[in-house]
Amino acid sequence: MAELPPFQTLIDEHAAEVMVVLRGAVGREGAEDAFQETFLAALRAYPGLRDARNLRGWLVTIAHRKAIDHHRARGRAPVPVAEVREEPITDPDPADREVWAAVAALPPKQRAAVTLRFASDLPHEEIADALGCSPAAARRSLHEGLKRLREEMS
Amino acid sequence: MSKTMEASIETLRERAAAEGLLDVAYASADSPFGTLLLAKTPRGLVRLGLPGEDAEATLADLAARISPRIIEAPARLDEERRELDDYFEGRRRAFELPIDWQLSHGFLLRAREEIAAIPYGQTRTYTDLARGAGNERAVRAAGSACSRNPIPLVVPCHRVLRSDGSLGGYAGGLEMKRRLLDLERDPRSV
Repeated sequence: MAELPPFQTLIDEHAAEVMVVLRGAVGREGAEDAFQETFLAALRAYPGLRDARNLRGWLVTIAHRKAIDHHRARGRAPVPVAEVREEPITDPDPADREVWAAVAALPPKQRAAVTLRFASDLPHEEIADALGCSPAAARRSLHEGLKRLREEMS
Repeated sequence: MSKTMEASIETLRERAAAEGLLDVAYASADSPFGTLLLAKTPRGLVRLGLPGEDAEATLADLAARISPRIIEAPARLDEERRELDDYFEGRRRAFELPIDWQLSHGFLLRAREEIAAIPYGQTRTYTDLARGAGNERAVRAAGSACSRNPIPLVVPCHRVLRSDGSLGGYAGGLEMKRRLLDLERDPRSV
């Protein structure tokens, strides 16, 4: 069993950095909740921790996981708005229909990346979260999907 | 540390306690003899570090012996601090705060319970203590029940002397032991 320092040491040495990481990952608004979730999860797991050599890395990993949870929860939750915009419902342009048919024919990862980017208007990081891959991999899927579409449509 | 960071950590302390994740709360407390370290489990006061003791080593020891879920949480030790202040001011003769005895076992536990029952202003000898704990010949062990007492002051090992009336020892130094006995002989002297 590892010799674990009192948990207060982790707070003293790493709380400020964890907060900075979370502000970057989920923004100022969500950071406080994610901070609490991170440290409570760490506290829960702490007595069973086997390796005390990289406590900072361990905390930052938990913080990243909590940031992803935050994005997932927000992705599912309806966003409250002051007023509902009225939008005319029109049939899609026949040309659009052709594009989406081509999109539907893409391999699954590329199809998901293209749909999330252009239909849901998500940034790369959130596409990565939704697909459970790195932002670089999300970018690659999107790029390959678009390249294939261009070839199909030309 | 920034104010908002401070507030976040305060929220964390409260939530940790509410979710049963705060195994040991600790705080420092001022005293006429220097800074004390107070450590408490949900059951009660488990450790009191005297001014001469290394607080960091004490906390590391608690992490190993009780749980590493140790957080500085001064508000959770308000009652302990208040009773100790009153004691040092000569206003309190007995402590009411709950004690967690988990660091004491067997003979040492019985001896320390004997110590806790010595009334304010009175003294006992190490031999009295050994007899009271059920083994008259274990005077040496009675001595270590005092010298390694995890909760001095509240478990008043300063009230235990040698049979010849000399002071014996004290983790906080003999000067502190003498002044505590003086205080209890005449609480108005402070």
